[in-house]
Amino acid sequence: MGGTVTGPSEFRVDPDVDLRVPADRRELTAHPAAVLGVIAAGGVLGALARAGLQATFPHPPTGFPWATFGINVAGCLLIGALMAVLTARPAGPLVRPFLGVGVLGGFTTFSTYAVDAQRAVAAGSPGTALAYLAATLAGALLAVWAGDAVASRLLARAKVGAAR
Amino acid sequence: MTVLLIALGAAVGAPLRYLTDRAVQARHASAFPWGTLTVNVAGSLVLGVVTALPTSPAVTALLGTGFCGALTTWSTLSYETLRLHRGGRRGHAVANVLVSIAAGLTAATLGYVLARAVTG
Repeated sequence: MGGTVTGPSEFRVDPDVDLRVPADRRELTAHPAAVLGVIAAGGVLGALARAGLQATFPHPPTGFPWATFGINVAGCLLIGALMAVLTARPAGPLVRPFLGVGVLGGFTTFSTYAVDAQRAVAAGSPGTALAYLAATLAGALLAVWAGDAVASRLLARAKVGAAR
Repeated sequence: MTVLLIALGAAVGAPLRYLTDRAVQARHASAFPWGTLTVNVAGSLVLGVVTALPTSPAVTALLGTGFCGALTTWSTLSYETLRLHRGGRRGHAVANVLVSIAAGLTAATLGYVLARAVTG
């Protein structure tokens, strides 16, 4: 992965909050109803998109959960890109809670990942479970790194272009 | 109807993830993302229980797909791992994913086994 070492104020955490960042500490107290409201709304959108994809591409208990795998990897790619964009170009106070905590947090899921792996083992397919566990782990980490790297590169190129 | 139940569960699960993360992260000074680990393990436990019980599709949509799905997250887990790695905390980054997966699987299995034992 590599890259420069950045402080908490430059490389932010989602969801929620790096409490060492003053703006994040104040976020909830500044406008609690709006923050929780946009997180709930984003979470609903993300969860419905996930449910739609899972219903479109179902899998048997012994099969590889391709839909959830794709959802989690795609969500990791997008959070990497989103946080790179928000770090370079700070947006309104509700953008990260809505898109990062809400939409992408609601879209990706860890509980289904754990339970599907456990069910595959219980259904007599430990090989599928192991492949699913490892593939999601590798895919998620690679995706978040790629999302950050590609978005950062595009932003840097746009900045150079604008300066000319 | 199913869509409404998923939406309702997610509307509770997503803000609860945010509030839990803030509450947990405010209680320690280390760089380790205990908040996300907490919601992911708790959600895996609850989904393990829901999967084991002979529940209706409505309950699965509300609690499973909606609530547990929105309460837990892979995007934050991976982003926080990248952040730890970038911050030079390689050991924390590796521990974060391995502990999350081991604890999540244990919680899912525990929820499933306990629910089966209680319901017979």
